[in-house]
This record gives sequence, C-alpha cells and structure tokens, in this order.
Amino acid sequence: MKIKTMLTTAAAALGLATAAMAEDPTKVGFIYVGPVGDYGWSYEHNEGRLAIEEEFGDAVETTFVESVPEGADAERVLTQMALSGHDLIFTTSFGFMDATMNVASKFPNVRFEHATGYKRADNVSTYSARFYEGRAVIGHIAGHMTETNKVGYIASYPIPEVIRGINAAYLHAKKVNPDVEFNVVWVYTWFDPAKEADAATALIEQGADVIMQHTDSTAPMTIAEEKGIVAFGQASDMGNFGPNAQLTAIIDNWAPYYIDRVRAVKDGTWESADTWDGIAPGMVELAPISDRVPADVKAEAEAMAAAIAAGEYHPFTGPINRQDGTPWLAEGEVADDGTLAGMDFYIEGLTGEIPN
Amino acid sequence: MIRLEKRRQPSKRWTYLTPPLAVVAIMIAGGFMFWLLGKDPVEAIRIIFWDPLFNEQFASYSRPQILVKAAPLILIAIGLSFGFRAGVWNIGAEGQYIMGAIAGAAVGLAFFPTESALIFPLMVIAGALGGFLWAMIPALLKIAFRTNEILVSLLLVYVADLYLASVSFGALRNPDGGGFPGSRNLQQYPSAANPELIAGTGAHWGVVTAIFAVAVAYVLLNHHRIGFEIKLTGQSPRAARFAGVNPNLIIAVCLGFSGILAGLAGLFEVSGPSGQINIDFASGYGFTAIIVAFLGRLHPVGILLAGLLMALTYIGGELAQLMLGIPAAAILAFQGMLLFFLLAMDVLTDYRILVGKKGLN
Repeated sequence: MKIKTMLTTAAAALGLATAAMAEDPTKVGFIYVGPVGDYGWSYEHNEGRLAIEEEFGDAVETTFVESVPEGADAERVLTQMALSGHDLIFTTSFGFMDATMNVASKFPNVRFEHATGYKRADNVSTYSARFYEGRAVIGHIAGHMTETNKVGYIASYPIPEVIRGINAAYLHAKKVNPDVEFNVVWVYTWFDPAKEADAATALIEQGADVIMQHTDSTAPMTIAEEKGIVAFGQASDMGNFGPNAQLTAIIDNWAPYYIDRVRAVKDGTWESADTWDGIAPGMVELAPISDRVPADVKAEAEAMAAAIAAGEYHPFTGPINRQDGTPWLAEGEVADDGTLAGMDFYIEGLTGEIPN
Repeated sequence: MIRLEKRRQPSKRWTYLTPPLAVVAIMIAGGFMFWLLGKDPVEAIRIIFWDPLFNEQFASYSRPQILVKAAPLILIAIGLSFGFRAGVWNIGAEGQYIMGAIAGAAVGLAFFPTESALIFPLMVIAGALGGFLWAMIPALLKIAFRTNEILVSLLLVYVADLYLASVSFGALRNPDGGGFPGSRNLQQYPSAANPELIAGTGAHWGVVTAIFAVAVAYVLLNHHRIGFEIKLTGQSPRAARFAGVNPNLIIAVCLGFSGILAGLAGLFEVSGPSGQINIDFASGYGFTAIIVAFLGRLHPVGILLAGLLMALTYIGGELAQLMLGIPAAAILAFQGMLLFFLLAMDVLTDYRILVGKKGLN
C-alpha cells in the first residue's frame, strides 16, 4: 500500500506540471515457472520484463513471481495479480494454460498473454517462438561436429514443442552426416540442475560428444565444459558456463514482442491474438557461432538461418517420412502449422520411442 | 555462566510457549534477511503475516485460499503424526498423495461423461484406497522382512512420480487435448468435481474432511485404546510389548491411516483446486506435511494451527514477491527458518536454563 501511496503522490505531483502525466502507470505482471536466475527460459522472460521497464520508464510498473508450480498455485498467484490492479499479465509456461483461462474468465478487464499454449479468449492471447528454426541450424552444426556420430539430447517433456525440436535438429544433422544417431533422455522437468547434469553425464558416457538440451538450466553446458566436449545453449546465451563448450545457443528474445504488447495496451489497441514468430522478426536468435566450428560450416549455418529468416527455406520441407516409414511430406511439400503445433511423432531414422 | 540442566519431564508451559516464541524469532531473523536483501523488513513481515488475512484488497480472496492450501497439509500431517508418535516413519506421503489422486481421478474419468451423484463418493473411496494400498507396501515389507520403512516409502514417491507421468501421457490423457499431456479437467465435469461448498469460503470437501480428521485424531489419541498403544510404542517399545501391544498391528495401522489420509488429500486436490492429473500435479504437499506435523507437535490441534500458519506463509510469501520483489528463494529460506527456530526452541522445553555458578547437587 505504501508503494502505491508513494506512486500516487508522485503521480499527483507530476500532474501539477503536466496533466497528461497524472495517468496511472500500466501495471504488467509476469509469472515464471523457474527462478529468474536459471539463465535459461525464465531468465529470458525476465530480460523481456526489464526491457519493458527500460522502454517505458515510469509509465509502467512491472512485477513478477518466480518458481510458481503449474496448477492450483498458479491460479492463486494469477488471481492475486489480477486483484492487485495489473493491466496485463504474461504467463510464461505451457503448464499455466488452464490457470490462465480460469482467472481470465473471472477478470474480463485484465489482459493475459500465455506463452506456448493453444487456448485463447477475448482477453487471452497466446504467443510462442519457432524454436525449431534454431534447432535446425544447430542440428546442421552438430552433424558436422560429432566425431563419434552420437548426439546426446536432454529433453524435458514429450510435448509437441520438444518433439518438434528433436525432429528439426535430427533432420538437419542427418542431412550432413547420414551416420548420426540421436540419443534422447527424458528428464520430466524444465529446471532441475542435478537431473540435467546426470543426464548429460550418462549421455557422454554412452559416447555422445555433442550435447543438446531442451531444459532450462546451465548444468548440461557446465558438464560439457568439464568433459571437454561441445554443446548448444538453450534459451539464453550460456557462453559464460561453457566458454569452450558452447558452439552457439538458441536465444529466445521476447523483448520486442513484450514491448509491442505493452504499447498496445497503452494505446488501447490490444486484441487477443496468436503469435508464432521465428528468426525473421528476431524472436529466435542464435548466439555468435564459436571458432571451434570450421569456417565453411559456420558460413553454411549462417546462410541457413538467413534463408529461414527470408522465408526461402522451411526446416520441415519434404520428402520426410515418419519414424515407421510412412510418408509425411512429399518432395518439396512444407509442413503446415497445425501439424507442427500438435507434432506427436518422430521422423524416420530416429531410434527409441516417444514415452507414452 | 549459563548452563543447561535437563528437566525430568518436558515443561508443559514451554511446550505451549515455544511455538509463538519461534514465530517472533522468525519475524526478527527473517526481517533481518529481508533487510539484507534491501527490502523494508517491517513491510515484508506485514505483507507475509498480515496482508493475506486483513488487507482489504486481497483478504476476501486470500483468506479462503489459506484454507485451500492448508487442507491437504493438515490431512496428510494428521495421518503422519500417528506414525511419528509410534516411531513408524512414513516419509512417502507424497507418493500416497499421488496414487490417491490417480486412483480417484481414474474412477471419475472412467464414468465420463455420465452424470450421477454416486460418482464422487466412489472417487473418494478409490482415492482413499489408492493411498492406503501404496502405504501398505512399506508396511507389509517392514512386517514381513523388517525392511526400513523410511527408505521404502521415500523411494516409492519416485515410483509414483513416474507412474503419474506415465498416466498423464497415456491412460488418463485427455483424448481431446491435442496431444498434450494431462487428463480432462475434472472441475468441468460436475459429477466428479469437488467445488467450493459455500461460495467465497474456499471450503471444499477436502477442507471439511481435514477438520473432521483433526477431531477424529484427537478422540483416537486421547480416548481410545489404539491411541494409547501408539503413544506407548513410541515411548517404550519394550513396555508396549509387555502390555500386549502387537507391534505389527501398529505398523499397519499407522502406515495405513496415513496412506488413507494422504490418498484423500490427493483426491480432493485433483478433483478440486488442481482439476487434472498432469505431470506436475505433485507439488510437494506430502513433504511439507512432515514439517507441519512436527511444527504442530504431532498434536491434532497443533497440526491444524501449523497447517494454517504454513499456508499463510505460502500465500503471504507470494504477495511479498509480487509487491516487494522478494526472491522466491528467500521465501523458502524464511519457511525453513520457521522449522529451525521451532526445533531449536525445544531446548527450552527439555532443559532448564540456569544462570550463575553450578550449585550443589
């Protein structure tokens, strides 16, 4: 209350100078599934929050609650946010979907933005990034860099987004190295440094010399650095944790989107929408490619990223068969967004099964 | 010079005085920690302990939420307290909670979309049974082979976790869920839902059952033979045997009872606040309840109060994150301190503090 009083006083004081400034700041809330210090997924969302503060200064007030369990707790935190006068709330994990929908139906005047989900309402938008575009590029690099022909892949949950990432990376690794094998470990967590480290160690002991991760901590990168092999950062540039190991990283850059959406709320033009952006608008970025990658491979990878950004190349372009050998995409055919969004199958060549 | 002298019997007065004293100590120590983090300590403590109850902006919502959060903690802790009194250490309530939720939800989902008033009672029975059977594994292994119930029950939590993941992706997955994990939402299936009984109070069947469990536990412990036998076994297993107490029966009763209550807690949670079986359904209630049981001195009324206090720190802690930007880890540390101070204060219950020279004995 004290803060609010102070702000009101401050606003009132400014109001004497310029009447236009007396408006309440737009209040923007975030809930994170992990700690902001994960240096992965939640960290990047928090960077987006800080970018909002930088862009709008005193015209916004941002808050966040971190490490919120998905389920009943999320619903409570969201309700408290809505009650405390937030105008816009970003719910930054897939598992917050039902909680977001429930709370949004009770607070029709509060706008919600749910990351990576598929349920929308008049006051609920969804947004996600085409991470698979980045995965295609790192798959290409991995195919060239592996000497044992074994790539270790630490996967979180067998949901479409993760499966899509595995498929995209494998497809492009195999294009440049027909002998490459992917060994996927499911750890059933987004953030658990100990589990992720164990998985990385196990994969390396089984012969993997390249590690990819679809979990949020820097533990796998640290292990790769210790064991002297190479790895790819996830969600953030993890170069500080693997100065030698990191070949590049897929960086989620939410800042431009978040700033756009806050501006829309301020302008009164906010509408429920479904956004799925990739490399082109900068929602997916690649960290500078390490010098360990040969110059020609680096150039090819950069060219691929540029072609994806320009819309000249789609990472899922046929011919591609499903794991059981049945055709999925014919020669030259491009995957549609609907199939990609619900992807629940491996492509041909991947071994192992998707847990069911 | 200060020295400690062991009391012949734990002091009754201090048993009641130490919990409030611990809360005062945590306010001071926690306030200091928040001050180190650059936050206003008085404001932080006020937000955690006062605002969820009395702040006009939040209280009408957060007061009922305290009940919602406390109910599973109290239910599970009541069950655990029986075993802990008898020296039967069920550390795996989290697993029993999960299995109760799965069993209960599976029964409900099997009937979807039939509407009948019988479905919810059947789910309750299935939930209790799920928790009970899962707790019987460590019980029977201990009775038959003298295995350590701490290890068996704890490891079974991880088995239950994997089973939860398996059914979320497999048997119980919502066929209309577009390939995403998780069951149908039971809140949207009236016959299987566990809604608020009186709107705006937060009180669902789990809250009612938790209060009922407190009363039953109180009667059993103080006015029933089994309560006496449990206490006697804990204080002196040898004496208990001489008094004709069957130790195997105590093991089965204690683990079975805590399994049933944990299973019920899981069922009420999955059909109510949480709504669906999903990979991340387990949120640590089974482990937090161990703290609640000890915080409440293994006494039914104490557990009731401890559960409410714990729930208050959760909800107040979230508010503190929201309003002051206190990191989640600091809130966890704050909750940890609460247990630490309470246990440390036991020194006052068990020992007399003497100041001055050692007297003649």
